[in-house]
Amino acid sequence: MLSIQNIRKSFGKLDVLRDVSLEVNQSDVVAILGPSGSGKTTLLRCLNFLETADDGFMEFDGEKYHFGQVSRKEIAHIRRKTAFVFQNYNLFLNKTALQNVTEGLIIARKTPRAQAEKIGLEVLEKVGMLDRKDHYPNQLSGGQQQRVAIARALATDPEIIFFDEPTSALDPELTGEVLSVMRDLAREGRTMLVVTHEMSFARNVSTRVVFMEDGVVVEEAPTAEFFAHPRAERTRGFLRKIDGDMSAQGEHVSINNKKENVQ
Amino acid sequence: MTERVWNIVVDSFPKILLPGLTMTIPLTVISFAIAMVIAVAVAMVQFAKVPVLRQICRFYIWVIRGTPLLVQLYVIFYGLPKLGVILDPFPSAIIVFSINEGAYCAETMRAALESVPAGQMEAGYCVGMNYLQIMRRIVLPQAFRTAFPPLSNSLISMVKDTSLAANITVMEMFMATQRIVARTYEPLVLYMEVGLIYLLFCTVLTWVQRAGEKRLNASGYRKE
Ligand SMILES: Nc1ncnc2c1ncn2[C@@H]1O[C@H](COP(=O)(O)OP(=O)(O)OP(=O)(O)O)[C@@H](O)[C@H]1O
Ligand SMILES: [Mg+2]
Repeated sequence: MLSIQNIRKSFGKLDVLRDVSLEVNQSDVVAILGPSGSGKTTLLRCLNFLETADDGFMEFDGEKYHFGQVSRKEIAHIRRKTAFVFQNYNLFLNKTALQNVTEGLIIARKTPRAQAEKIGLEVLEKVGMLDRKDHYPNQLSGGQQQRVAIARALATDPEIIFFDEPTSALDPELTGEVLSVMRDLAREGRTMLVVTHEMSFARNVSTRVVFMEDGVVVEEAPTAEFFAHPRAERTRGFLRKIDGDMSAQGEHVSINNKKENVQ
Repeated sequence: MTERVWNIVVDSFPKILLPGLTMTIPLTVISFAIAMVIAVAVAMVQFAKVPVLRQICRFYIWVIRGTPLLVQLYVIFYGLPKLGVILDPFPSAIIVFSINEGAYCAETMRAALESVPAGQMEAGYCVGMNYLQIMRRIVLPQAFRTAFPPLSNSLISMVKDTSLAANITVMEMFMATQRIVARTYEPLVLYMEVGLIYLLFCTVLTWVQRAGEKRLNASGYRKE
């Protein structure tokens, strides 16, 4: 459904993405793991053209695009079929929860207001935010804002949703509510590409895991296999380090709790 | 205060207030409205980094902010007739005040636009909106909210600056006062009187600003 071939991106002299290829099938939940600075955010941003990749191909929904030469029209077309959930939510600050959700329908897709609001209320209900529909972002907690952001992504019924560390700006006690919404989406068969540091989410919800480092994909495997038999030495190092960090910080308990939240 | 002076003060009050209502206020309101249109356009050109136009806008702001308002009034009203362009005092004043105020407000608006987080624009693109839709629906409303207090400030300044139009024979409050002073030789009380009327106008505007801010805040959206 989405296939990326040999994508490259550099900022000046810094090669951030060096020949990354990636395959996402219908109903896949692909978790992208990797240390800080490995290019995960940049990859997602290139896929939605918030950043312009230097080279590579993208096949999406039956059409093929060359990153270097995508027209504005094609970008608009692709964006209409995708959605993006940001690390820091980026809800429209001057709009209520409901308006945030309906904006892309009413303004960008010319959906009649009544129909847009009906959809808006449905998706807000799905993320458990119906009772806050008239609240502005600054009147919502981080977890609530992120759930509204997910509702906004769902409203346009995209083929695929990109998530860039959706819970890492949240206080630990708020990550559960967001992850549980995402788990529901996975169950419904939503196609998702999720950059995350939440090992519990990767382990329990994702169908496949991609491990990135220094702008390349080091390892890619079905989830169970990835965690049970990591092939690359660097992957093993990364997983050891994560486990080590967790126990060093005495966070093993909270991770296990989260796991339960997510399951 | 002698009875003669008191009578002058009382007699002159409507004679000063009337041009205030028929000249000072229209001059301020019309000029400020045009200035806002200029300001938004100039700020957006710079925000969107439109080539060439952007340099023209920088030049405009540079010239206008770097020369005195009084000089600008003189150039338009006393200077342009040399080129055969003869304008009445009131339209001359409107032109100068709009262009002058537009330059200052453009900078206010530009700063306000730049203070809107980049993520707002990106989120707009991601839900499928185009540049102009995002500007109109998301970025400009937020920028206006930020710019509201400094713009109100500019408006209040402008009420007082319109007194400079007396220099190009616009019959506004200050010129009306000068005329009465010439007849009565009571500069102290009369200039204080016109000063009080300016103060009154500005006080009303301050109330309006406060009510406006209250309303903007009541709508739920506050800047973090
Ligand atoms: N706009 C930019 N200009 C210059 N360098 C950038 C820009 N955006 C990202 N980079 C650099 O690209 C590299 C990869 O950044 P990226 O944000 O994609 O990493 P990441 O894997 O998402 O990291 P994290 O886990 O910390 O979010 C970093 O070295 C970063 O400094
Ligand atoms: Mg990142």
